[in-house]
Amino acid sequence: MKSRFKQYSVIPGFGITLGYTLLYLTLIVLIPLSALFIQTANLSFAEFWNHVTSPRVVASYRLTFGASLIGAAINAVFGFLIAWCLVRYRFPGRRLMDALVDLPFALPTAVSGIALTTIFSKHGWIGRYLEPLGIKAAYSPLGVVIALTFIGLPFVVRTLQPAIEELEKEAEEAAASLGANRFQTFIRVILPTVFPALLTGFALAFARALGEYGSVVFISGNMPGRTEITSLLIITKLEQYDFAGATAIAVVMLVVSFAILLSINLLQWWFSVGRRRVA
Amino acid sequence: MSPLQETQRLKNQTTLPNTVQTTVLKPTAKFIDLLSSLVPGFLITLAVGFMTLFLVLPLAVIFIEAFKLGIVEYFKSFQDPSAWHAIKLTLIATGISLPLNLVFGIAAAWAIAKFEFVGKSVLITLIDLPFAVSPIISGLIFVLMFGLQGWFGAWLAERDLQIIFAVPGIVLATIFVTFPFVARELIPLMQEQGSDEEQAAISLGATGWQSFYYITLPNIKWAVLYGVILCNARAMGEFGAVSVVSGHIRGKTNTVPLHIEILYNEYNVVAAFAMASLLALMGLVTLALKTFLEWKVQQDRNTTLEPTLAEVH
Repeated sequence: MKSRFKQYSVIPGFGITLGYTLLYLTLIVLIPLSALFIQTANLSFAEFWNHVTSPRVVASYRLTFGASLIGAAINAVFGFLIAWCLVRYRFPGRRLMDALVDLPFALPTAVSGIALTTIFSKHGWIGRYLEPLGIKAAYSPLGVVIALTFIGLPFVVRTLQPAIEELEKEAEEAAASLGANRFQTFIRVILPTVFPALLTGFALAFARALGEYGSVVFISGNMPGRTEITSLLIITKLEQYDFAGATAIAVVMLVVSFAILLSINLLQWWFSVGRRRVA
Repeated sequence: MSPLQETQRLKNQTTLPNTVQTTVLKPTAKFIDLLSSLVPGFLITLAVGFMTLFLVLPLAVIFIEAFKLGIVEYFKSFQDPSAWHAIKLTLIATGISLPLNLVFGIAAAWAIAKFEFVGKSVLITLIDLPFAVSPIISGLIFVLMFGLQGWFGAWLAERDLQIIFAVPGIVLATIFVTFPFVARELIPLMQEQGSDEEQAAISLGATGWQSFYYITLPNIKWAVLYGVILCNARAMGEFGAVSVVSGHIRGKTNTVPLHIEILYNEYNVVAAFAMASLLALMGLVTLALKTFLEWKVQQDRNTTLEPTLAEVH
């Protein structure tokens, strides 16, 4: 009998594979990540607080969180629409459209950054029509929203697609035959069922947007206090050799994104428990 | 009367089954039928419009800008030695991080999927950790370790070794951001597949290595490839993390995405988009392979889920 740590198995290779996994994980991920927290622990609380609440930093939080929230909300609406069309309707080009949804994953962020900037700048394909309307898309907070919408789209579509596939058409037909119109069927029958997936997709897009750097820096214009996102501020502090400031802000952002991902897991667990109880 | 009020009135009036309703209120019902038949077309148009605006246009603009001054100018962009150097460095960083994360992914998936042990779910969470860390922070942690003010900074400086603002830092940052890709594809698939087939092979006298090579590998090969493709795309395209550790020394520590940034900021638009077109092409190939492999992995899932060995027990 071996220890109770592991159940007995005839398959070999447990020691070496787990050992290697733990070693590699520790060297590449755990030790470097712990550096961030240990370096922060060297700061006194007052210093830390000063670093993370200075006006320029707070302005960057406001922009980053605000734009991420708006981007995720836009994606929740249009991502739902796209997922719905892909699952429910058959039309020419559907497969191509389905594959194209992942483009923001596959396209390097710097590439999408310069592409979006070119389109939305004053003389760009879309920017030139916005300019006469008094809308400045590139080099403004709106540009940040555009970039964050771009990178968040696949998260919403990909989490919603399986949920919409699982929807029972019978429930909608029953609602319709009981006299509900399309809008009522949507609000009362469809939305409550796919809501967990929608919320998860929204949260994933939001979490990704918070840390995004590459696609934003080109289109934002990077004016301190106005269009400077938190990720860029961390880099700026590093370039000024303000390691303490960079580290403190990084810890705040890291803790926030951990908290969001944790709440996504809790949410999914909670919904799955609820579903099991109903079934 | 607006269509909305009309529907409301319709709904209030009738508790009769649908068929009766259409015969009784023919004109309005026809109108609603017409509206309903227009809904899918309207939704699809809206969805396609949004995707064109946010996905197709950015993709198109890359190639149009790259070829704006003709094909000669496009290829001229690659004559710059620093462009070649950037391509070489990107290939080096990818070439190192890919096999490392592949071996790790297979080892981790083997340990997690084939055995039952305490703390497994914690281990899975820890493996996913790099995905929760933003690109800038992924670079920053290596600066905190190996930078001049970092943990090993003084030690490295004494020995004249450089990791940050040099190639090793770029490789480390790339390994970190692509760390979970292969593992997170393999773990759920191999857990689903279980270990019955390997157990049978072992009890028939196969060695562990043989059972991996002849049993496990054929079952997971498409998923391995899928993970590698995604890992490759991210490794070649990583910008934020690499940007922090690179130091942006032209012709020395610039990867392709960093070189694009420099060219773009110098208003060398054609050259910037020419480099970008390479990465965009890589992205498109990734998408195509990904779509194909998703179909293949799904096939693997379906065939292995059929109870073949389960009946023996």
